[in-house]
Amino acid sequence: MTATAAPPAKPAPSAATRAVSNLFKARETGIVIALLAVIVVATIVNPNFLFSADGFRDLLLTPSLLLLVAVGQAIVIITRNVDLSVGSVLGLTAYLTGRLFIDLPGIPIIVVFLAGIAFGAILGLVNGALVAFAKVPALVITLGTLYIYRGVNVAWTGSDRINASDLPADFRGLGTGQILYIPILTIIAVAVLVVAAWVLRNLRSGREFYAIGSDPSAAHLYGLPVTRRILAAFLVSGALAGLAGVLYAARYGTVSSQAGTGWELQAIGAAVIGGVAISGGVGTLWGAAIGAYLLLTINRALPILGIQDFWQRAVVGALIIGAIVLDRVLALRQSRKLLEIREEGR
Amino acid sequence: MTVDQVPTTPATPALELSKVVKSFGAVVALRSGTITLHEGSIHALIGENGAGKSTLVKIIAGLYRRDAGTFRLRGEEVDFHTTAQSKAAGIAVIYQEPTLFPDLSVTENIFMGRQPTNRFGRIDRKAMRTEADEIFARLGVSIDPDRITEGLSIADQQIIEIAKAISLDARVLIMDEPTAALSGVEVERLFAVARSLRDEGRALMFISHRFDEVFALCDTVTVMRDGSYIATEPIAETSVDELVRQMVGRDVAELFPKLPAEIGDDVLVVEGLTRTGVFHDISFTVRAGEIVGLAGLVGAGRSEVARAIFGVDPYESGSVRLGGQALPKGNPRVAMARGLALVPEDRRKQGLVLDESVSRNVTLAIRNSLTKGGLLTNRAENAAAAVWASRLEVKTAALDAETGTLSGGNQQKVVLGKWLATEPKVLIVDEPTRGIDVGTKSEVHRLLSELAQQGLAILMISSELPEVLGMADRVLVMREGWLTGEFPRSEATPETVMFAATAEKEDAK
Repeated sequence: MTATAAPPAKPAPSAATRAVSNLFKARETGIVIALLAVIVVATIVNPNFLFSADGFRDLLLTPSLLLLVAVGQAIVIITRNVDLSVGSVLGLTAYLTGRLFIDLPGIPIIVVFLAGIAFGAILGLVNGALVAFAKVPALVITLGTLYIYRGVNVAWTGSDRINASDLPADFRGLGTGQILYIPILTIIAVAVLVVAAWVLRNLRSGREFYAIGSDPSAAHLYGLPVTRRILAAFLVSGALAGLAGVLYAARYGTVSSQAGTGWELQAIGAAVIGGVAISGGVGTLWGAAIGAYLLLTINRALPILGIQDFWQRAVVGALIIGAIVLDRVLALRQSRKLLEIREEGR
Repeated sequence: MTVDQVPTTPATPALELSKVVKSFGAVVALRSGTITLHEGSIHALIGENGAGKSTLVKIIAGLYRRDAGTFRLRGEEVDFHTTAQSKAAGIAVIYQEPTLFPDLSVTENIFMGRQPTNRFGRIDRKAMRTEADEIFARLGVSIDPDRITEGLSIADQQIIEIAKAISLDARVLIMDEPTAALSGVEVERLFAVARSLRDEGRALMFISHRFDEVFALCDTVTVMRDGSYIATEPIAETSVDELVRQMVGRDVAELFPKLPAEIGDDVLVVEGLTRTGVFHDISFTVRAGEIVGLAGLVGAGRSEVARAIFGVDPYESGSVRLGGQALPKGNPRVAMARGLALVPEDRRKQGLVLDESVSRNVTLAIRNSLTKGGLLTNRAENAAAAVWASRLEVKTAALDAETGTLSGGNQQKVVLGKWLATEPKVLIVDEPTRGIDVGTKSEVHRLLSELAQQGLAILMISSELPEVLGMADRVLVMREGWLTGEFPRSEATPETVMFAATAEKEDAK
């Protein structure tokens, strides 16, 4: 958040800077440590969790799709909005992917990818337009589109489903293939993450997402293009959910009308666990990505640790609440520290 | 937007507004806004609350669009649709409440939206940081550019706003009451910065309620009243008395007929009320049948005193007695039961449930007494509400209409009705006529006057001088948390009250 490449500052304020930036660092290191701890404990109980070809692959592969959706979600949350429709967008594009292969035999895979991303982007744009122009809270709008998109999906799919045999082998290979032991899906997800995180950190437009989420009315007074940025955030969120939908079809092969149900909450959970403040303006995409890994890795580790199925959700819930409490404590400590600095300065 | 290319000469004003009009629905906020700013000069804009200063500023900033009149920038006609346009034209506006992004660093706040970038559009953090250091060095202040702005004092936040204006290389700088929340030292620092900006040839506009500041800093002064331009004079050729006359100048007595009332015993007695940093040693009494006006500038601590008396806010020392009995601290429920009523400042947020019906709102404070066997029926509510709606002449289509659909004046009557239904002994009204039209305004005044006649003790907080002078039997004045004046009706004049509300703070203690 604060510039790290800055030249040495005046002695007095730099202490404050260090305190602040350390706190921010602590937030992301915290989740990484938690993730490593889960992996270590699960591996001690069952070495196959990490030290088997499948174990290592699953560790990387399982959270990759959620990572994409969580990155889009984090961008939206940073602007002080939320996108509840991503699960439905994912389901619709996954089904669209299957239909394209069935109805247009021989269609190039790249065209399917582009179609899925574009379709997701359009659905996201609908959300963005309703939020930005109708000035209705995103929570309500995207709750509405969650049901609408899912309804369209059910009407379109009916009792039909896409089966693995409907999809070309090359395409399905993407879902399971590896390059140098790294799953292709993971490579795609991390590439998207790197680009998006770079944009949010280094481009004017990226910083404006943070500004808008930090104080929307100040952003308006600054003359920032608030409407455009909010549209863009929802568009990216939709496009990434669309990409995740195409990859979902490649990975699982089977797509029913219920594909992606509940993913929106997992994506929000991942972002929040990763330190993205639900009130906007704070957090990084790296945090949200690690949050996605932590969330799904815990899901896989709990059965190994012998924790019963119905407790697993409770653990995830506790994790989310714990993350929010941690953020609150850190924020309080920081504001107290800043106040002390101010009093000393008098 | 038509742009007439006029060669810029030194004589061309940096900014020129002439007969600018702005209305919101039926309410005219600005009748005739006229002001001319020159480069290398600091221009003061003064006027009472509601004189139209803020509307004028918002038109310059591109937040509002004018309905009529001309707006020229360095001789060229301009018409801003957005704040981005006015910014691009070299205008920087510093609002009373600084508008920063609390989660972002000081440096990012200064450069947001126009950060220095390299060829690939990547933000050049090093260049940005260096430039921030340079600006702060030039302003002679030490604020850590890397810290987030959350937790900065208002004074430091204002410095960041000024740093923003400098980094923009703004030629026109508008400061809307920048000193309202500053201490003496901080004001001096701000003035030093303002003078150096003037000496660089920028045009500055300074809005303030404090005459000492206007005379210390500014070269020219423009007075506004009731949305209209009154006069512009060089500061050397005017005086405080003259300015006050121009600001107030209207026949006060005729506007608000005050009915004579019989004044009885002390009902509300406040002694030594103190809340550190907010108000200090406030003592006064209000008697039955008396209207006591509480005047002062916005931010003087008047509403805070009212809230402390009513029990919504805490206070540290002092006491409140109602009808001879001490009132416990921080307990509005007891205050209401003993006969205290508070009509708050912001009726939409604090006074009403806008989505609920008129009758629900009127009966909100007496719903316990309307309840029969634990049930509150619409019939009981409507019957009770009908009494007050007709007594106050609330104009509404139906008693079950949503309160939000009523006009401001009628909403205020509903709030009054809600509290009068509790049959209070003391009524505190905070800005009772803010934002309501003239007709309803005088109805509210007549109502308050009649209530006093019936023996109610009324404490009326108002920033509108004519209202205070016209209505009050006695006028109290607060300034920066201290009670600085008390005048009987016969001695309360615009000049005495204004002076007590604004004079230098050195003699406040």
